[in-house]
Amino acid sequence: MVPLSHYLVLSAILFTIGMMGVIIRRNAIIIFMSIELMLNGVNLTFIAFSRFLNNIDGHIFAFMVMTVAAAEAAVGLAIIISVFRNKPTVNVDEINLMKW
Amino acid sequence: MEILAFYILGVGAVVTAIVTVIHRNPVASALHLILTMVFLAGIFVLLNAHFMAVIQIMVYAGAIMVLFVFVIMLLNLQGEKWPPMTWKKLLVSFIGILLVGYCVIKIPGIFKGSILPMATQVTEDFGTTKVVGRRLFTDFLLPFEVTSILLLSAIIGAVILAKMKINKG
Repeated sequence: MVPLSHYLVLSAILFTIGMMGVIIRRNAIIIFMSIELMLNGVNLTFIAFSRFLNNIDGHIFAFMVMTVAAAEAAVGLAIIISVFRNKPTVNVDEINLMKW
Repeated sequence: MEILAFYILGVGAVVTAIVTVIHRNPVASALHLILTMVFLAGIFVLLNAHFMAVIQIMVYAGAIMVLFVFVIMLLNLQGEKWPPMTWKKLLVSFIGILLVGYCVIKIPGIFKGSILPMATQVTEDFGTTKVVGRRLFTDFLLPFEVTSILLLSAIIGAVILAKMKINKG
């Protein structure tokens, strides 16, 4: 029987790795993948608490998070492609047209 | 036995996640992220979440990551050179390591004297498609239907963004 805190520590580590990816990397696609990693860490917390509270609601929340992640990936990648057609780069430091 | 499986899957997930973040080739990053998802699906199985484990592999490792790999191929991204290490990055990495250390030390302490009613044993059909589906279509019917509107707007948004005419100059 694995205690609850193990799962929470694992999800905290995954979330932190994703956050570091968002902060350190400058490639837009890697940043998107790091966001997916953070969402996965949160999902793990939901499902672990769901298991240990013996309540199925956490699964529903994780399900909704996955739906939002799918929608976000589709729209985000479409944005990256249309930005790339304007200016052939995925480096977020060079995409600064709307920055004042 | 269970704790051994947890440690194998957990270490695998963390290592592949780190490789995802630090690899300079985006395709390798994406493939390692798929591995992370698969390891996490294994951990979901340990948590009696069979339905979520299958959904994790089908939606994340299947659909979303195929989309990512497809876009990387479409944009023909090569491996980038690592930019030089700056003070900012060193500072951020240091803060990240501190955060992880804090979580590892602090979280077990919080739940040691907790009053949460932790169930060590769950019912036989916990986390099966039947149970999750019944919950989803009774108590959470409205959020479920709203999700369809979210997906529809995502489809429309993606199509409009992809069809947009670009006038250069």
